[in-house]
Amino acid sequence: MAAPATAQEPFSLRLLAAWRRFIRWVTSAKVVLALIMLAMMIYLIIVPLYHMVATTVTIQEGDLRHIRGAVEGELTTYHWVRMLASPISKVLMYPPLQHSLVTAAGATLLAMIIGSIMAWLVIRTDMPGRNIINTLATLPYIMPSWTISMAWLVMFKNRTVGGSAGVYEFLVGQSPPDWLSYGALPIIVSSALHYYTFFFLFVAAALMSIDSNLEEAGELMGASRWRILRKITFPLVLPALLSGFIMTFSKVMGTFGGPNVLGVPVRYYTISTMIRSNISIGEQADGFVLAVVLMLMAMITIYINQKVIGTRKSYETIGGRGFVAHQTKLRNWKWVVTAVVVTFQVLVIVLPLGLLAYDTFMLRPGDYSLSNLTLHYWIGQSNPNIADGKLGILRDPLIWRGAWNSIRLSVLTAFFTALLGVILGYAIVKGRGTRLSKLIEQMAFIPYVMPGIAFGAVYIAMFAKPIGPLPALYGTFALLVLVSVAKHIPYSQRSGVAAMLQVGRELEEAGEIVGASFWQRFKRIIFPLTSSGFVSGFLLTFITTMRELSLIILLVTPATQVLASMTMRYIENGDDQMANAVVLTLVAIVVIGNTIISRFRGGALKKGLGM
Amino acid sequence: MGTTIVIKNLTKRFGDVVAVNDVSLVIEPGAFLTLLGPSGCGKTTLLRCVAGLEDPDGGEIYIGDKLVFSHPKGISLPAGKRDLGLVFQNYALWPHMKVYDNMAFALEIQKLPKAEIRQRIEQSLAEVQMEGYADRYPREMSGGQQQRIALARMLAYRPKVFLMDEPLSNLDARLRMDMRAELKRLHHVAGATTIYVTHDQVEALTMSSQIAVMKEGVLQQLDTPECIYRYPANLFVADFIGNPKVNLLEGVANGHDAVDLGAFQVTVDCRGVAGRVVVAVRPEDIAISTEPVPGAIEFVAYSVLPSGADSTIMARLRGTEVLVKVSGISKIKMDDHIWLCFDPVSLNLYDKESGNLLTCPQ
Repeated sequence: MAAPATAQEPFSLRLLAAWRRFIRWVTSAKVVLALIMLAMMIYLIIVPLYHMVATTVTIQEGDLRHIRGAVEGELTTYHWVRMLASPISKVLMYPPLQHSLVTAAGATLLAMIIGSIMAWLVIRTDMPGRNIINTLATLPYIMPSWTISMAWLVMFKNRTVGGSAGVYEFLVGQSPPDWLSYGALPIIVSSALHYYTFFFLFVAAALMSIDSNLEEAGELMGASRWRILRKITFPLVLPALLSGFIMTFSKVMGTFGGPNVLGVPVRYYTISTMIRSNISIGEQADGFVLAVVLMLMAMITIYINQKVIGTRKSYETIGGRGFVAHQTKLRNWKWVVTAVVVTFQVLVIVLPLGLLAYDTFMLRPGDYSLSNLTLHYWIGQSNPNIADGKLGILRDPLIWRGAWNSIRLSVLTAFFTALLGVILGYAIVKGRGTRLSKLIEQMAFIPYVMPGIAFGAVYIAMFAKPIGPLPALYGTFALLVLVSVAKHIPYSQRSGVAAMLQVGRELEEAGEIVGASFWQRFKRIIFPLTSSGFVSGFLLTFITTMRELSLIILLVTPATQVLASMTMRYIENGDDQMANAVVLTLVAIVVIGNTIISRFRGGALKKGLGM
Repeated sequence: MGTTIVIKNLTKRFGDVVAVNDVSLVIEPGAFLTLLGPSGCGKTTLLRCVAGLEDPDGGEIYIGDKLVFSHPKGISLPAGKRDLGLVFQNYALWPHMKVYDNMAFALEIQKLPKAEIRQRIEQSLAEVQMEGYADRYPREMSGGQQQRIALARMLAYRPKVFLMDEPLSNLDARLRMDMRAELKRLHHVAGATTIYVTHDQVEALTMSSQIAVMKEGVLQQLDTPECIYRYPANLFVADFIGNPKVNLLEGVANGHDAVDLGAFQVTVDCRGVAGRVVVAVRPEDIAISTEPVPGAIEFVAYSVLPSGADSTIMARLRGTEVLVKVSGISKIKMDDHIWLCFDPVSLNLYDKESGNLLTCPQ
C-alpha cells in the first residue's frame, strides 16, 4: 500500500496534494458538465418542485378570506385537510382521482392488448405486409393525443351539452347515450388508440430478442401452444409489458387534452382537468395538492414496476442475438389477418382525420346535406352570422402567428433538448458509478412524474418576478421554451444516454492520448458519432412539443398562443369546425416536420424513445 | 534513443477492489515489457494508469525524467502530455473517419504542416504494408487490416513510448503469428520503450525483453522471459507459464539431497531446506526411456497425445501423474512401461506454505 509513504509527508504538502487532486477532478470535462447540468436541473426542476410543495403548506393571499386571523406565508395544513378530509374533497379530490385511475387503467389495458397482439402477429407469424404495419404503427403517436378525442365527438356527440348532433345520430337516427358520448369509455378508447404504440414497440423489441429455441424446447416436451405462450413467452416479455405499462399509465394519468374534450363538458373531471380548473380560479395551492397526489401516484406505479422488474431483469438478455425466428404459420388466414390489422390501423388514423376534415366543411354543424358543404372555416372572409364573424383559419393572421409560434417553440425546444441530451448522456455515461452521475440521472427523471399542467402553473408563479440571473419571464415566449425544455429533460436524458452508450470509451480515449482537448474530442469524435441520437432526440421532442397542451395551456398569452392551445380555445368557445381545422393544420405540420427531420443522419422516432 | 519508465508503489482501487496493488517496476530504455496475467489481474489498469486514462490512488510514475504522476504531490499530467501512443484492444479506429483522417487527427492537433502530415502518413502506412488504404473507412477493412492501421496511426504520431493493450487478441491464430513477428520487428526498428499487455504466455515469451507477471493486482515476478520460464518466482507463475503445464509434485525435503514424493523419490540439492515442499519440473525437462536406465523411475504410460511436432505423454505411478514432452511423434503406446529420469538441475523447489521459490539449482 502506498498509504505509509503518504503519511510521512508533512501536513501542508498533503493538503496541497489533496487540493491539486480536487482541482483536477473538478476541472475534468465530465465533472464540469455534470456540475453545470446539476445546477441547471436544480434551477429548472428542484426549485419549481420545492415551490409547488411549499405552496401547498403555506397560507396564500386568497386564503385570508377563509381563515380567520391567518397571516400570508405562514405554515398551514389547511389545503391538505381541505383537499383530503373536508366535505369539499368529495368533489375536488376523490371523484377526479377515481376517474383518473379508471381511465388510466382502462386505457393501459386496452393499449396493452392491442399493442401486444399486433407485435406478436408482426414478429412471430408469417403474415405478409409487416413493413407497412411497422410504419403505420408509429403514426397514431405522431398525432396529438386528443385528435381521436375530437373525432370521437364529431362521431358520437349527443344533445346533452347542447349544440348539434354527431354523425352517429345522423346515421342511426337516435341520439347516442351519454356513456358513449362522454366520460370514461370515450377517454379510455381514444387514449388507448393513441398509446398502443408504446406496447407495440416494446413488445416487438422483446419478442425479437427472445431465442425461440426456448419456446421450441417447450414444444418438444409436448406442451400445448397456449401453455408455451403462458409459461415461456409471457414471462419473457413481461419486462417489456411493464415498461409499456408505466409509460402509458403515467401518461394517461397526467393527460389533459382528451379528458378536457370528452370529460369536462359533462363534469367528468380527472385530476389533471381538476388541477386546471382549480388554478384558473386562483386556488393554486389546492391545485398543487392535486398535482402532488398525481405525482405520488406516478411514483408508486414506478416503484411497483421496479420491484417487479428488479427480480426479472435478468431475463432481458436471454438468447441475445443470433436467435432463431420460429414463426407460427397462419396458413390461409395470413391474408385475412394482414387485412384486419391494416384496416384497423388505417381506421385509427384515417377515420379520425376524415371525420375532422368532413366536419370542417360543414357550414352548420349536424346538417349532412351536400348544400351545407363550405370552405368558409378554412378560407372564408369575416361574416357576422357565422362563428361570431371569425375569419377562416387560413386567412386569420392569429392562426399564422400561432403556427409560427408552434414551429418556433418546437424547433427551439427540440434543439435545446437534444443538446442537453448529448451533454447529459456524456456526463452520466462517463461518470458511471459515481454518486454525481447517479444524482443527475435520478434528478433528470423527476419531470417525468410531474403533471404538465402543474409544472406550467409553478413556472407562472416562479417567473412572475425576476429570479436569479433571469428577468421576469411571465408572458414571454422564452418562458414557454424554458418550461418545455425542462419538461423534456427525462426524454433527452434517455436518448442521450442510449446514444452515448453506443460510443465506446476507447474512441474518446484514443483522442485524449494524442492531446486532443475536450472541445476537439467532442466536435470531431463524440458529436459525429452520436448525431443520429441527436436527430432522433430532436425529432421526438419536436413532435411532442408541437402537440404539447397541458404544459403550456396556463402559460400562453394572446401573443404567445400556439396551435395546440388555440384548438382548446376554439373548442371552449364552441367553434368546433375551426378547432378541427386547426388540429388538421397541426397534424400536417407535424407530419411534414417528421418527414424532413427523419432525412437527416438516420434519425428515427424509435431511437428518440431510447430503443 | 529510448525512455526509462519508473513506476513506484502504484495503487489503483475501484470501490473495494484493489486493481493494482503497490506495484513497482523499472522499465529500461528501449525495453519491450509485457504485463502478463489472467483476466482481472490488473494488467490493463496498470497500463491505463501509465497512459493517464486512470487516476491512481497512490504511487508515482516517471516517464523519462518527467514526473507524470505523483499521488503524494497531487500531480497528474493529462494523457495527451505524456508523449505516448496507445493501441487499443478493439483498435478504437474512429468509424466516421477514413484511414487518412484517422491518422491525421493527432498530427493536426500538433499543428504540423499539411505536407509533413501527408509524408508521415504515407511512411507509416508503408511501415505496416498498408499503402493504398488511406481512402478506406475502417468498416471496409478486415480485422487484421484494422489492426495494422491502428498501429500505423500510433507510429505516425511518433510517441516516445508505445503502449499496447492486447492488440492481437481479436485476430485469428494465423494472423496473430504474423503480427507478432511484425510487431517485434517494428519495435526493433523504432527502438521505443514498449509496454505490452497480454494474457497469452506464448505472446509474452516470444516478444518481450522483460515480463512482469501479475495476479490480483500484485506484481509476482519481473524478469527476462528465460528466467520467468526457467525459474518462476512462485507456484502461480510456474503454473501460469508453459504449455503443457509444469508438473507440480508435493513432497517432503530431507534438508540434504532428496525429496520424498510418496510414490517415488527425486534427487535434488535441497540447500538445507527440510519439510513440506512442491517440486516443479517442466514436461520437456524429463528424460524418457523405454528401457530400464540406472537412476530412472519406472512409470506406466497412461495416455499418449501426439501433436505433430511433439508428443505429450501422461505417465502414472501409484496415483502420481507426470506429464512428459518429447519431440516428434512418440512410438510409445498406452500401458507401455517407461522409465523417467529427473535431472536435478531442472528441478525447482517451492515452499508448500508460501508457494515461493526455495532453491535455484544454479
